[in-house]
Amino acid sequence: MRNIFLFIRRYFNFVFFVIIQIVALSMLFKYNRFHEAAFMGVAGEFTGRISEKYNKVEYYFQLKKTNEALVNENAHLRNLLKQDFLPSDSTQKIVIDSIRIDSLERFRRYLYMPAKVVNNSVTSQTNYITISRGLKQGVQKDMTVVSSEGIVGTVINVSNNMATVMSLLNRQSRVSSSLKKTGETGTVEWDGNDPQVLTLRNIPKSARVNIGDTVVSGINSSYPPGQAVGYVTAVEAEKSSNFYSLSLKPATNFFNIQFVYVVKNLQKEEQDALEKATHKQDLQ
Amino acid sequence: MSELLKNIIRFAAFILVQVFILNKIPPLHGFISPYLYFLYILLLPFSMSRISLVFVGFLFGLTLDYFTKTPGLHAASCSLIAYLRPFLINVLVTHEGMGYNYTEPAPSSMGWTPYIVYVLVLSFIHNAYLVFLEWLQFGNFWYFLGKVFSTTGISFLLIMITETLFYRKQKFRTNT
Repeated sequence: MRNIFLFIRRYFNFVFFVIIQIVALSMLFKYNRFHEAAFMGVAGEFTGRISEKYNKVEYYFQLKKTNEALVNENAHLRNLLKQDFLPSDSTQKIVIDSIRIDSLERFRRYLYMPAKVVNNSVTSQTNYITISRGLKQGVQKDMTVVSSEGIVGTVINVSNNMATVMSLLNRQSRVSSSLKKTGETGTVEWDGNDPQVLTLRNIPKSARVNIGDTVVSGINSSYPPGQAVGYVTAVEAEKSSNFYSLSLKPATNFFNIQFVYVVKNLQKEEQDALEKATHKQDLQ
Repeated sequence: MSELLKNIIRFAAFILVQVFILNKIPPLHGFISPYLYFLYILLLPFSMSRISLVFVGFLFGLTLDYFTKTPGLHAASCSLIAYLRPFLINVLVTHEGMGYNYTEPAPSSMGWTPYIVYVLVLSFIHNAYLVFLEWLQFGNFWYFLGKVFSTTGISFLLIMITETLFYRKQKFRTNT
């Protein structure tokens, strides 16, 4: 027993070093799997504040581009206005259906909450975005984030006033998406090299794909269906399988993103509970 | 300015420079990322004990980790070089009582050649361990090898530029 204590005392430096290494590595591997780490909430709040200060300067230099993006979105939304459309034949009477349409609160499925981006990176292989909206402002873990141009990412960490978002430009990001024209569904990933190129896999070779086609979020993704993900830039047939591997240009410009919308799926709990119950039934 | 205050200011300055300047640079040729922050660990005073070196290294790395959202990655490699630092200084610095006569490692206290070897070896170890941990998650062997050597080259270049820009004159202290 005495020898053990003597040994520890003699090599205390080394023992301490090994303990520190074990702590660091376990934090790293745990975070890579679950996106949880000790003090991440508190630290996120702190680093978010500093990034906010920095962003105040950075934002100024991107005002022009941000403005353009917002004007484009406004134009797009204005084109959807009901009073801009006329019935083709004015002699017919327009019958307004008495079924309640989804503009009523009760049938709303997705709620969009604007948020300011305070920190954003595109240079690492695991890129995250920090937004200045958190638990107190209604953001929760696993909510999805879209921009005016297309989808952005998923909320993975929330503190009181800040949240971190895993962007599409992250090796761990997987988004189920489909071709807008024909509807085949595949998975969008990023290989970590070029922030201008995403990859869409698992599109069968029977699909008709052309360069320039739009890819949108699919119905089984957690994003609102039909949001733009990217545009096809190259079509490559995988030799050993029956699938295409498509290169996409992301719809969202991640280089100067300043405003995003956090999307709350109001039926998520119900859907999750139902699917879980069904799965349980299957197992029995 | 006291040593403690100087090192606290350096702590904040290195973190901010790494996070808001160097990490904003797009990776050269797709994969070389410039690292300068670990120079902080190389510049800690000679008089610090091994335990506190490792602990400061861990804390410093972890602070950067919370900014880059990779908890543990930089902390592991920083505590590794903090642990290995005293061995290397013992080998490189031969004349007696060096640690008592100067406060911290610098070209003017160690001489240029030992200082360059010191920087090269530790930045190689730091980058190798950092890229290795990254490689465990993805990438192939050539990617790993190429990245280690090129990142070490860029780090060395950055450290030498910093060293010549902010020349630190080390005073020779005697007891008399």
